[in-house]
Amino acid sequence: MSTVFIALQANEDTRPLIDAIVQDNPEAVVNRQPAMVKIDVPGKMTIRRETIEEHIGRAYDLQELQVNLITLSGHVDEDEDCFTLCWNS
Amino acid sequence: MDMQVAKKKLSLKEKYKLLTRDLGWDTTYHTKDEVFPYVKYEGIKVHDWDKWEDPFRLTMDSYWKYQAEKERKFYAIIDAHAQNNGHLHITDARYLSALKIFLQAISPGEYAAGKGFARMGREFPGVGTQVACQMQSIDEIRHAQTQIHALSNYNKFYNGFHAFADARDRMWYCTLPRSFFDDALSAGPFEFMIAIGFSFEYVLTNLLFVPFMSGAAYNGDMATVTFGFSAQSDEARHMTLGLECIKFMLEQDPDNLPIVQKWIDKWCWRGIRVLSLVGMMMDYMLPKRVMSWKEAWEIYFEQNGGALFNDLARYGIKVPDCVAQCTEDKEHISHQAWATFYQYGGAAAFHTWMPNDDEMDWLSAKYPNTFDKYYRPRFTYWREQAEKGNRFYSNTLPMLCQVCQIPHIFTEPGDPTKTCYRESEYKGEKYHTCSDGCKGIFDNEPEKYIQAWLPPHQIYQGNCFPEGTDPTVEGFDPLAKVLEWYHFDQDNLDFEGSRDQKNFDMWRGMATKNT
Repeated sequence: MSTVFIALQANEDTRPLIDAIVQDNPEAVVNRQPAMVKIDVPGKMTIRRETIEEHIGRAYDLQELQVNLITLSGHVDEDEDCFTLCWNS
Repeated sequence: MDMQVAKKKLSLKEKYKLLTRDLGWDTTYHTKDEVFPYVKYEGIKVHDWDKWEDPFRLTMDSYWKYQAEKERKFYAIIDAHAQNNGHLHITDARYLSALKIFLQAISPGEYAAGKGFARMGREFPGVGTQVACQMQSIDEIRHAQTQIHALSNYNKFYNGFHAFADARDRMWYCTLPRSFFDDALSAGPFEFMIAIGFSFEYVLTNLLFVPFMSGAAYNGDMATVTFGFSAQSDEARHMTLGLECIKFMLEQDPDNLPIVQKWIDKWCWRGIRVLSLVGMMMDYMLPKRVMSWKEAWEIYFEQNGGALFNDLARYGIKVPDCVAQCTEDKEHISHQAWATFYQYGGAAAFHTWMPNDDEMDWLSAKYPNTFDKYYRPRFTYWREQAEKGNRFYSNTLPMLCQVCQIPHIFTEPGDPTKTCYRESEYKGEKYHTCSDGCKGIFDNEPEKYIQAWLPPHQIYQGNCFPEGTDPTVEGFDPLAKVLEWYHFDQDNLDFEGSRDQKNFDMWRGMATKNT
């Protein structure tokens, strides 16, 4: 199965985001590289607003991802509650 | 009394619909064909423009909000970099050469992409497309600006950064990316989207802005990491737009498939040729290496590009033929490109050098099939010659590929000891290309590529000297005049003995001592 990924800047803003992504995607593989973190998931990755809010303890708008996002792969679908990346949708 | 009614908050989908659909209206004074004259001639059939939607559903208010946030982060880091002598914190001054190539060859491409998307925003009839192109146009201008701002701090101290705008038009190796963008900008709107949205964004930028920038972080250059990652966060949106465009064309009409396939084949190869510069930057120009070109290629092209092609297979899209050759080329291109720049280091606006023993060992470990067999002996010989005072510079001009404008430096598939070139004839003239990929592109549109502005040809024709030059005077030195036209000021030659090397060592010494 093809892998989708998201790469985020390595900083304090993204630490709880990475934890939330790993919680929602048990097959996630976290690669820590200089200044960045790349998360691979086979087939489909789901990023949920609620899970991020549990980790950061405040309301979160998924479009805030834009600020620390480096790159991604797969088809994107985004609404208020969920940001998904997938192949073969 | 007015009633206060709690306003229902709009959902993302509703907000996006309001932003886009209400902007589209039917024209009455002129026909749609008169208003959008370029959208049909490429042969792409579109039945319903409303099917094109930006999956990020970014509206203008959130676009400005998040872009402003990115800019604040960027300029805070740029300020800090300038204030703490960031230009002395890099691993060593050889690293600067990678930044010089970036500014001369890549930043002007960002600006060209900005111009292109501004035009596409006007040429496409779909409103979702127009909005996305407008945002991308602003993004690309922002990338050119942030790159120029970040690197202007280095320009205060080092050579090779001062004449990038003219370099884009004049410098022999800058016509490589320039020809890529000129080719895209002179194509129709749909082909442009494949050229930039697919090839530049999907194939190129992930390799340029991700592993190279990650490398910049470990070479101590926070200014470059920041502009790189900040740009790439926009590219994530652009890649999505490029992919959306491909899907849209393929879903609108089955007749679009052969046209799209031809563009994918062409632009995949063109993108890969531009990447030979990036391969060389990663394997040779980062003093502290974090990932080899080959490793980056495997992650971002083979795995990620492979996933994309698997996905597009359901529409009938095939993996481009050139990909098989690339699997072989990934072991060679960075070495062949660096060998070329080393030989032409007298005419490049950055410094070149031969790798030291540690670096050669790293290259052997990363390229066990090729480095020791084909490249180490040659590099060792050049290094020995340089140590004896015979640093080799080639003084002849190379023959360029009519399409990608790279000199004929790459080797024949299956034989890394034989130079590869192909020949085509058009209207009684011979034209040379570097590969089957470029020959195919030339043969498909010869009328376009015979117009290429090839630096060696132009130099021989006398078009690359400062105004008022008289080439008939006694003792005329053509190379010196060309370099003057390039605005060289000790920008060229070997790193060893360069002004950058001396200044960096002296200033770093001053930065760590009190005397």
